Amino acid sequence: MSVTLMFFGRLRERAGRSSVHLTLPDHVSDTTALRRWADQHCGLDGALLSTSVQIAVNEEIAHGGCPVRAGDEIAFMPPVSGG
Amino acid sequence: MLAVRIAEESFDPVAEEKAFLCTAGIAGASVAFVGSVRAEQGAVTGLELECWPGRTERLIRERGEAVIDRFGLDALLVVHRVGTMAPGEPIVQVVAHARHRRAAFEGVDCMMDYLKTEALFWKKELRGDDSEWIEPRAQDYDDAARWEGVSRARH
Repeated sequence: MSVTLMFFGRLRERAGRSSVHLTLPDHVSDTTALRRWADQHCGLDGALLSTSVQIAVNEEIAHGGCPVRAGDEIAFMPPVSGG
Repeated sequence: MLAVRIAEESFDPVAEEKAFLCTAGIAGASVAFVGSVRAEQGAVTGLELECWPGRTERLIRERGEAVIDRFGLDALLVVHRVGTMAPGEPIVQVVAHARHRRAAFEGVDCMMDYLKTEALFWKKELRGDDSEWIEPRAQDYDDAARWEGVSRARH
């Protein structure tokens, strides 16, 4: 299953890229598993594991373990700060 | 009327407000806020801001419409920078037009609280060779909580 991961702010900086197209292993089928897997696979060094990092699947915030499907666009967002 | 712009280059708030006034017309009361990069006695050498292209602007528009409805504004302008800024450069501008001043003041205040705590921006302060990602302070969240009646944008 292929998905696109997006990183913002300090996560983008740590990942060294703003997005990546990846094929997920079979056991990664929801956002809870994806958070752990992507943290290791993309070299985030624990940054994705923080509860302050929100996940959006196709622009909808994922609460708890939201299913991940082929073609999904999944964004990892640290706390926002504008103005 | 609502105008929202994500600016990738430095902008002139006076020119923005003037152009907005020409388009939106005069409503009776106009309140304008401009936020700029603080130098912090020379400690801050710059600011970097990034957004989620497209989505950030769409959500600001959604909230802007809600703010117009809530306060009965005639017009609302939001300009927000992304990219690298030097101390003194404007980051954000919000202008509200209404028939009376209270609505215009509150409309700007409410919109700014949204931009500080919910809008999809990520901000990094540059301090010479060092840098730090900035997150809202507890006070910012307290300020934003004053506007519970205004529909919350989806992130």
